[in-house]
Order: sequence, then structure tokens, then C-alpha cells
Amino acid sequence: MALSPQVTSAAIPDPSQRQARINRVYAHRSSLWWPPVVVLAALVGLWYLLANYYASQQLAFLVPYPHLVIKAAFADPLFTPQLVADLGNSAQVALTGLTIAIVIGVVWATLMSQAKWVERSLYPYAVVLQCIPVLALVPLIGALFGYEFLSRVIVTVLISVFPMVSNTLFGLQSTDLAQRELFKLQGASRWTTLTKLQFPAALPSIFVGLRNAAGLSVIGAIVGDQFFQRGTPGLGVLIQVSTSRLNGAGTYAAILTASLLGVAVFLFFGWIGRLAIGKWYDFS
Amino acid sequence: MLSMSAPALTKPSRSAAPHGTLLDFRDVAMQFPNGTIALSGIDLTVNRGEFVTVVGPSGCGKSTLLRIASGLETASAGIAEIDTKRIGYVFQDATLLPWRTVQDNVELLAELGGMKPKERRARAQEAIDLVGLSGFEKNLPKQLSGGMKMRTSLARSLTLEPELFLFDEPFGALDEITRERLNDELLRLFVEKQFAGLFITHSVSEAVYLSTKVVVMSGRPGSIVGTFDVPFPMPRDPDIRFTAEFAELVGEVSHALREGHS
Repeated sequence: MALSPQVTSAAIPDPSQRQARINRVYAHRSSLWWPPVVVLAALVGLWYLLANYYASQQLAFLVPYPHLVIKAAFADPLFTPQLVADLGNSAQVALTGLTIAIVIGVVWATLMSQAKWVERSLYPYAVVLQCIPVLALVPLIGALFGYEFLSRVIVTVLISVFPMVSNTLFGLQSTDLAQRELFKLQGASRWTTLTKLQFPAALPSIFVGLRNAAGLSVIGAIVGDQFFQRGTPGLGVLIQVSTSRLNGAGTYAAILTASLLGVAVFLFFGWIGRLAIGKWYDFS
Repeated sequence: MLSMSAPALTKPSRSAAPHGTLLDFRDVAMQFPNGTIALSGIDLTVNRGEFVTVVGPSGCGKSTLLRIASGLETASAGIAEIDTKRIGYVFQDATLLPWRTVQDNVELLAELGGMKPKERRARAQEAIDLVGLSGFEKNLPKQLSGGMKMRTSLARSLTLEPELFLFDEPFGALDEITRERLNDELLRLFVEKQFAGLFITHSVSEAVYLSTKVVVMSGRPGSIVGTFDVPFPMPRDPDIRFTAEFAELVGEVSHALREGHS
């Protein structure tokens, strides 16, 4: 790298410093992974104690042994295929709903970012949407749109759209005045300012919203399931059916699978976020 | 909320302004809608070849003056004529876009102006070389020091090849050493590129060192209380700062500043 003498040396990216930084980051990461594992081990231990207690009370289906849950999840010829199929259905509902929520959220927020009066007119409804107990609406949605895929997706969208709207709006409005004036001085159009300044600036908060919305979309899919038994049933239905048949291991396996689906989409969108903007933004 | 209308640059009227005058303010006043009077009775000219510095206490309206000159604000009274469209504007902060590399940040203004990629790349490279950032083209703003960010910001404006360069306390947030170094760089650019400058600062010694003319403002409402010609020749020897004449002029300007303030 050709350094001219008048350049301040403070921020010259020296390779050895860079390596030191990478080492630090990895040291940081490695110190991060083991505490949750210890907690997990403790929880599983506690789980065995509880399972042991319930087994002694002849109520094993309430808290089944962990290894039975694992067996139901991975190696039960009757249960495992059902779990996998239902996981697929729920994931499909969640991802469809999430995609729609992303589109609605980004468009809605972009409209609001363009004029104060639009924001004043529309933002209250985003808040109202957030405040509505969606569960109270669910029976109505079923009655209106049927008890199948469509209604499941609508519930998912209702639950997950708010973080998309609010985070995108916040991001679009996060540009500072001087940056906007810089564009204005060059006679940049509204569209140019939106695409070259506001959208890139909004990406960090859009990805935060996306991650939260992704987690909520899984909740939406499960909730939708539990109300709408028809169509392609997902994990929500499986949880209910397993519970009613006193299949403790199956219930737990389905619950854990639903939880892992939530964690997986959360991590996936975090990863996408780091991939997209990690270079210039510390996205964690 | 942001209004996105095209910048309402004060219309140049070539006939009225004397030859070589790039900025001509006559009896300019600024009253904001909330009633605050930021400026009153401002008479100010910036000619080609001049580097004019406005020094004044904070809140005296000196930034407003610059905003009127740039077209970001419109004076509420008086005549503000700008006789060029090629205006560079350097903000207090570097205002770099964090997702763009140094190269892409420097290209931004030319890009917004619709310049062809090849041409703007060449122009950006030239500007980067001029401010001493060669080798840092691929760096992101977060990897730069405050001084380097400001250099990037300077380079970005240089791509417009401005005839009139407006500076809104650009080095105020930098440490003393970086600031002095950038002062020297700015003087070198001034001599080399021959733009006219209007520079806002609250540092008297920076004002005297940089300019051919120092304008002293008093606060609330901002008005001009003194104008000093700086006799030192360009290009300027950095050691001039340690001479008695320099100290004397700094003293006079400081005195005027204090008078106006009380």
C-alpha cells in the first residue's frame, strides 16, 4: 500500500493488527459458545429429575424422558415422518407469511417515509395492528377465509408485519440532515435519495426487523394451525393431537421442533444480515 | 421531514455583480419562521482568488450565512447573488456514506450529477491523490481516522471542480495537529486549484492563517462587526504562524470578536 507522508497513521490497516483483531474476535466467539452449552446440560439434567418424578407418579406423559423425546423426533417409524411433514408445512406457512410481511412492511414504511402527512395518517394503524390481540381475530379470520392455508398465512402476516414496518421506517428516517442536504445540493431526486441514501442506511434496522419478524412468523404459523385444523396441518396441529393422545414424547418432540424452527429462521436471517451489511455495520 | 425539491439556488444575475465576484451579499437578513432573527444587514463579497473566513461566536448565524450561500436556505431579506453553479460544500461532519468505500464516496457527487462512470472514476482518483489518500481507495469510512474522513469529504467536493468552496467549520472536531495539517493542505489546494473560499470557523488563528480576508461576526442577530485583510502572501509559509505580525493580527481579530460579543 503506497502511503503518502501526509496521511495520518492512526487508521492504517496494518496486517498484523488485523490478525490481532481477528484473533480477538475468535477468542470472543469461543468464550461465547460454552456457557449456553453448560446451561443446556443443566436443563437436561433437571429435565431427567422431573421426568423421573413424574414417572414415579404414573404421569410419564406429562414430562417424558429426554431420550424418549429424541427417539420420537428421529427414530419413531410412526411419529417421525409425520413430524417432518408437519415441519415442512409449518415452515411453508411461516416463510410465505414472512415474505408477504416483508413486502407489506417495506412498502408501508417507504410510503410513510416520503411525507409527514402519510406517516401521520398510516402509522397509527401500524400501532393498532400491533395492539390487536391477534388471537381474538383468529376465529373471525377462519370464518372469513376458510380454515386452511390462506388463513394460516394471514395470521402469520398479522403477527409479523409490525416489526418490519417500524424498523424499516426507523431505518429510513435514520439518515442525518447533513447527508440529506448533501443529496439535495446535488439536485438528487426523491427516488435517487431513497435508493442511494435512505435504503442503504435503513438496511441495518431492516435486518433487525426481519430477524424479529422471522421469529414471529413461526409463532404465527403454529397459532394459525391450532385454530385451523383443516388443510395441510402443521406442527401446531401435531402438538394438539399428540397432547390429546397423551403422547408425551411426541408432544415434546413437536414443541422442540417448532422452537428449533423459530431459532433456525432467526439465525438464518441474522446470517443473511451479516452477509449483506457486515462489512460496514457491526450487525450482531 | 425532508423536502426533496431541487435546490433553489439564488439566481445569478451577471449584470449586477462586478467582474470576478462570485458571491455578493447585500443587506442580507434571515428571520426564521419561528421569529428568530439569525442574520441582519450582512454585506459580504467573495471574489475570485479570495479566501474569506467568517469567524464568530457559536450561534451567531455564521452557518446560516453559508447555508444561504449554498442555496439550502433562502434569505428573508436583501440580495444574495451567487455567480457560479460550481459550488463545493464541506459540512461540519465528513458526512460519508458508511457503506461506500473511499473511492465510491468520492464519486458520489459526480454520480448524482449524472457523470459517466469512467469519467467520474478518473476524476475521483485525481481528487483522492490530491488530498493524499492514495492507497486508501478501497477502505471503508469506519477504517479511517477523523482527519482521513475529512480528506475524503474534501476530495468528494473537489470532483465538482468548484469555483466557490464553502466550508462549515470542517475541522472543528479534529485534534490540533490534524487540524493544522489539514489547514496546510487546504492552502495548497487553494493555490493549486484556484477556487474562491468562504470558510466558517470559531478559531481566530485558523481564520487568519487560511484567509486573504477575515470577517468578524457578532451574535444574535448575527451581523458583521469587522473586516480584516490578511497581508501574508500565498503560498503561505506554515512558520508564519510564529511571527509577530501574525500574532498581532490574531490579537486584533480577537479583540474585534470580543467587542462584538459584549
